Amino acid sequence: MERIAIGEVSLEVLMAGEGPPLLFLHGGDYFQQNRQFIEELARHWRVIVPRHPGFGATERPEGFRTVHDLAYLYLDLLDRQDLRNVMLVGSSFGGWIALEMCVRCVERIGRLALIDTLGVKFGGREERDIADIYALPAEELLRRTFFEPGRAVPDYARLAEDEAMAIARDRAATALYGWRPYMHNPGLRQWLHRVRVPTLVVWGENDGIVAPDYGEKLRRSLPDAEFELIRRAGHYPQIECPGEVADALGRFARSEVL
Amino acid sequence: MQVWHFSEMAYHPAWPQLGESYRVIIPSRLYDPKIGADLYHRYLDEWALCDELGINIMTNEHHATATCSDPVCTIPMAILARETKKVRLLALGMPIGNRSDPIRVAEEYAMIDVISRGRLEMGFVKGVPFEISPANTNPAELTERFWEAHDLILKAMTSLDGPFNWEGTHFHYRQVNVWPRPYQQPHPPVWTPVGSPESAIEAAVRGIVIGVLNTGWVRTPAIFEAYRSKAREVGREPTPDRLAYMALIGVGETREEGRRRADQILGYSRTSGIVAPQFANPPGYVSPRAAAQMLKAGGAMAARATRVQTKDGRPINPRTMSVDEAIDAGLSFAGTPDDVFAQLRAFYDHVGGFGHLLMMGQGGLLNHEETVANLKLFSKEILPRVGVLAK
Repeated sequence: MERIAIGEVSLEVLMAGEGPPLLFLHGGDYFQQNRQFIEELARHWRVIVPRHPGFGATERPEGFRTVHDLAYLYLDLLDRQDLRNVMLVGSSFGGWIALEMCVRCVERIGRLALIDTLGVKFGGREERDIADIYALPAEELLRRTFFEPGRAVPDYARLAEDEAMAIARDRAATALYGWRPYMHNPGLRQWLHRVRVPTLVVWGENDGIVAPDYGEKLRRSLPDAEFELIRRAGHYPQIECPGEVADALGRFARSEVL
Repeated sequence: MQVWHFSEMAYHPAWPQLGESYRVIIPSRLYDPKIGADLYHRYLDEWALCDELGINIMTNEHHATATCSDPVCTIPMAILARETKKVRLLALGMPIGNRSDPIRVAEEYAMIDVISRGRLEMGFVKGVPFEISPANTNPAELTERFWEAHDLILKAMTSLDGPFNWEGTHFHYRQVNVWPRPYQQPHPPVWTPVGSPESAIEAAVRGIVIGVLNTGWVRTPAIFEAYRSKAREVGREPTPDRLAYMALIGVGETREEGRRRADQILGYSRTSGIVAPQFANPPGYVSPRAAAQMLKAGGAMAARATRVQTKDGRPINPRTMSVDEAIDAGLSFAGTPDDVFAQLRAFYDHVGGFGHLLMMGQGGLLNHEETVANLKLFSKEILPRVGVLAK
């Protein structure tokens, strides 16, 4: 784990692998379960995984309250590290941050991969595009989140105190950034035309948090996007099928830009 | 010692039809407004009677629940401000971290204070975790929003020279100017319910009266002691009138009658924690340390299940709690007037004293006649004796 200072933020960053730069923005929960995916990516890329401020054991500056703050922070990170032609990958909540970055500036971003991303409102005011994870019974929440919950979910009783604390802080921080409006920015949809980078929208076929149909709508709203469904996977396909998602990203990286 | 009669105005007719949640997700078709109207009037009659009995009045509020059909604590207070003439009126209280408009709170409280000619006690509450979903407020910012609203309301009540500006983290106004100003100067006394030493300390720093509810024999002493020592540390004398304790009180001509009343009032304790577990601990509502402990223990409901304890620390299941267990736990004082006073006195000595007894004189299924008998007997036999406790 490295520390990178950006303004008043001391960003905690996991670095792995060699090659072209890939910035992976994690989702709201199950951070540790991304390890295998990160290892897969590290075979081809120099993978940079920041822990969002307020998550895990990291500090959140007083003024950091919205996804906009995270978007600017990571745009600053790309500047500070002088990263170019970056492969930007976001999962769930992290995909929302990635979209917010891209509508602002794609100068240093070569390609964008969105995995079961949140952040955009497509339906009407009485339609729930994104399942209310805070109102679902625990069992149903797990069923909607994973294709095989038993394989992905940790045994919380056996966690060390600091590991359990990190998860509690992840969940609190996700609520802080995403509680209302719920996991989306009402203004984001009208700016999606600014995401002027080749984009791969990756979706778990069994995602019950944001259905694949939402991913299709997202693809259609972006200027240059393709869609790939991952079978036998829920909201975090990179956790349940790390090899397949990494392979999809690899193919996308090698594909020609039209 | 001041005594206050409290009822949650339960809508108990729906209880038999409710399953594993009495809150948040229950359909309102289970509420019959004709029965509800009768219930409102009887609960208000019981509070109005308190004016004659010398017992002060306390209301509260909860949302989307059949355990408490009072979602606006200032509405019964507005009625009672005019129906009563003598006793004091404690709203405990307004969930100011969940309400979007603190200025409206200042206006409601100021108006009640003026109508009642200065009898309002002004409660600000953070609210139990299951209040988050009905209000859809961000649980991770609740404490911060609570204190900002508190500061704004007090400034709004005490600023007498025209509009001021407030551009805070959570609330934005450019012309704050509350009319009427309160009857009591500079403002009505401020109360807040607390359930832990940490929150007692936050209140002690500001000299706020704390109402301690459902913490019982085991957990209450540390809360009161935290308040007293912090108050002394910041140069405030922690007089007993800064501390309040709530107990479920059933008093009867016979021990059997008093305990039977307490048993019915315990319908409150047996139902108030029944909530669909996903609403019991929204993320960020408690500290990361407390949330981590819940995660390891198998969730918020498991943690809640050990909160009520006997004197020797044995957990009691609140849903099946007997009168004996409730008395042992210090949650209830019940029996003859002598029994009740002896239990009150023992608790009082155990926790180092307090100035306000928040008496749940009605709860659960206790009907109007029984409630009136309970309140009258308390007033006649016990109220004259509490004077020897904190003055």
